[in-house]
Amino acid sequence: MKPISIIKVPFNVGIFGILFALGAFTGCNNNGSKHETILGGGDVASEVYVAPGKYDDFYLFASGGFSGQVGVYGLPSGRLFRVIPVFSQNAENGWGYSEETKPMLQTSHGFIPWGDSHHPVLSKTDGNANGKWLFINENNTPRIARINLKTFNTDEIIEIPNSGGNHPSPYCTENTEYLVAGTRFSVPIENKDVPISSYKENFKGAISLVKVDPESGKMSVAVQIICPPFDYDKNRAGKGVSRDWTFFTCYNSEQANTMLEATASQNDKDFILAVNWKKAEEYLNAGKAKDFKVNYYHNYMDESKQTAFSEIMTSVKTLEPKDCPGMLYYMPCPKSPHGVDVNPTGEYIAAGGKLAALIPVYSYDKMIKAISGQQFDGEIEGIPVLKYDAVIAGEVQKPGLGPLHTEFDDKGYGYTSFFLTSEIVKWKIGTWEVVDRIPTYYSIGHLCIPGGDSKNPYGKYVIALNKITKDRYLPTGPEVCQSAQLIDITGEKMKLLLDFPTIGEPHYAQACPASLLTGNATKIYKLEENNHPYAVKNEKEGRVERKGNEVHIYMTMIRSHFAPDNIEGVKVGDVVYCHVTNLEQDWDVPHGFAIKGANNAELLIMPGETRTLKWEPKEAGVVPFYCSDFCSALHQEMQGYIRVSDKNSNVPVSFRLGE
Amino acid sequence: MNPENNIRYSRDCSGVDIQQKSRFNGLIFPVLTMMAILVIASCNQHQNQEANVEQAATAGAPLDGGSATIQDDVSMRNILQIAVSSADHSTLVTAVKAADYVDVLATAGPFTVFAPVNAAFDKLPAGTVEGLLKPEKKADLQNILEYHVIAGAYKPEYFRDGKAIGVANGGRVTIGVKDGKITVNGANIIGSVQGSNGWVHLIDQVLLPQ
Repeated sequence: MKPISIIKVPFNVGIFGILFALGAFTGCNNNGSKHETILGGGDVASEVYVAPGKYDDFYLFASGGFSGQVGVYGLPSGRLFRVIPVFSQNAENGWGYSEETKPMLQTSHGFIPWGDSHHPVLSKTDGNANGKWLFINENNTPRIARINLKTFNTDEIIEIPNSGGNHPSPYCTENTEYLVAGTRFSVPIENKDVPISSYKENFKGAISLVKVDPESGKMSVAVQIICPPFDYDKNRAGKGVSRDWTFFTCYNSEQANTMLEATASQNDKDFILAVNWKKAEEYLNAGKAKDFKVNYYHNYMDESKQTAFSEIMTSVKTLEPKDCPGMLYYMPCPKSPHGVDVNPTGEYIAAGGKLAALIPVYSYDKMIKAISGQQFDGEIEGIPVLKYDAVIAGEVQKPGLGPLHTEFDDKGYGYTSFFLTSEIVKWKIGTWEVVDRIPTYYSIGHLCIPGGDSKNPYGKYVIALNKITKDRYLPTGPEVCQSAQLIDITGEKMKLLLDFPTIGEPHYAQACPASLLTGNATKIYKLEENNHPYAVKNEKEGRVERKGNEVHIYMTMIRSHFAPDNIEGVKVGDVVYCHVTNLEQDWDVPHGFAIKGANNAELLIMPGETRTLKWEPKEAGVVPFYCSDFCSALHQEMQGYIRVSDKNSNVPVSFRLGE
Repeated sequence: MNPENNIRYSRDCSGVDIQQKSRFNGLIFPVLTMMAILVIASCNQHQNQEANVEQAATAGAPLDGGSATIQDDVSMRNILQIAVSSADHSTLVTAVKAADYVDVLATAGPFTVFAPVNAAFDKLPAGTVEGLLKPEKKADLQNILEYHVIAGAYKPEYFRDGKAIGVANGGRVTIGVKDGKITVNGANIIGSVQGSNGWVHLIDQVLLPQ
């Protein structure tokens, strides 16, 4: 089977692809050791095999990238358990379609059905994942979402004003005091109609600190720092010694506004922006911030009412760098840096200059000394530029082409992804020598070590998050899956264990031990805690009420019927709200709700939950509805009828069950 | 449970499957097919079934067992858990175990179970229950238990006087409703409990297939 793939191996894969193909071929002909391949030897399959009914060791939360969602996988198996809808409507469960969830996708630009999710980040206590929340940024229409790790639902989405693309986000500080947001594309602040060529005078890059309430997790934009108009691209907060700081990369220090592919790559060095967030907090508390009028949305799910609400915020606090000495410093960084990552102790900050032939690693200690010794190389709009030689700890030389991101293990090694050479390179902190490398299939972006951004990484695996798969899976037309690759890092040599397909683009991922979450997972919503204004708690309360041309159907569902299930008196031109409560109090027994011809959607309703479908019948007749989630042996019997009469008919509202 | 039991159960299981298929014709076919599938499925895992029933309510590592072993102390109790937790139903639970229907009563259902209390079994001629619990009588025992189960969740107010309702063994039971008292084939319903996967109606006589 595989010799063919030797011919088809893309040129840039070169020797690795061919060796892999040979290895796989050998494996096929050797029954005695069919799992042994060039990829490392040993029984690779057994290292990722999770027996039926057994649990995986880790949860992996991978961004769905352009899907706007989050995929939840198990490691080491790579099995997909759930797609958490976040920034996009989700036909599987009515997210963004039901009346209760529509407000979550509202923005200052109106309702947005499809977003672009990038960086899932687990909430932390003392620099380690605490299992409470997962945050993720939306890049296109700048937002940050908070996912509840008990229900695996999105509970909150906050819009980031004054941003043209929220890429360097959400990356929390050591105790989740703040998340960050930025702007990859600097924009006029406030946004107005100006010539694009006036970039240098009119555009700015806003860096935001988003406060997180330690109990509820509720987010608020605490302050925006108005920075020079560079492209702020990636971020990582400090920890341990550097806990008061957070670091952003930026490119386009040329301040180009067209053909950035060439024009933003002129300077030998761009920058890392070091932000002392404690200082920013001090300036904020000292009243240095100005109020800036701007509208942005803050959407949150009211757990008790099971309904999302939108708050329209009308102003944000801003700080000007020139008014805030000691808060911001630029550190020169070779050629269009992308990733910036901090090692477990917080002392070393590694950057990925995506056009550079080295990985610069900065020392926090040297940075602090350079600041106090004023080893500056000029300043930009009031922000001192530190001398490169004064802050650099070492350079990993000739590691590969196109370094992007680094995560760390618990043994003093960094693992950096290389997009152009499609590989992961392992290097040693302190000596800066490359000790191992492994190819990825193909074109890796981010990579993830469980806890790899924390103080205590679980250095068992690194997961490569690949942009391109080409010939790695059964072809499915022009659109093929993107993938993750599980690589063992317990030994001296990295060892590829498993490829698995992902939803959308697995842009970035974070992983944590399964035991951190399994004990807290919600099984049902308790009916007695359901305070949805349209909930009905038992069948006897099921009813139909008309208010002008609005008809409210209060309906219950339980195996295996709706109550009521025969409804008459609805008319063409009515706006019908079906408020459906799932009376089940049993884990994993959701019911579906589907009305023939409904132009909006269907619903999927969890046990104890109430959801509302808005339906505007267009013609007279009898319309069936049914449960669309196979719930029980009598699932097919779970059905009903709604009679729709002419606009001028006098059929009275009536409803019944079983009579 | 010793290995001998395991072998015997496996043989019985395949036998049950054939018998049930022959009875299915035209009667709530999908339900019984599903039950049959579940019975077949449970053949693979019954070796630790008794232990599993006891573990059902206790915390611990994930198990490879059937529906009865699912760890869940949050949801409403299912019919199996209701029966197991009732001191008045120890004979019924023993019979359900012997008939290999433990997992089935913990599945999605929906079921209505007419559950004879211990005193109801005591009314049977001496030796009847012991006889039915013998492995070679398993098919008879299953037939009797199936006669107590409706596929569908009937709460008390759904019952109508004189209504004959099809039950899982292919037969029918007749409901009586008089002066607010409900009977099934003449046995009195002396209490009703809602489970997550259906209803349990306590009855004072064992129903015998007609």
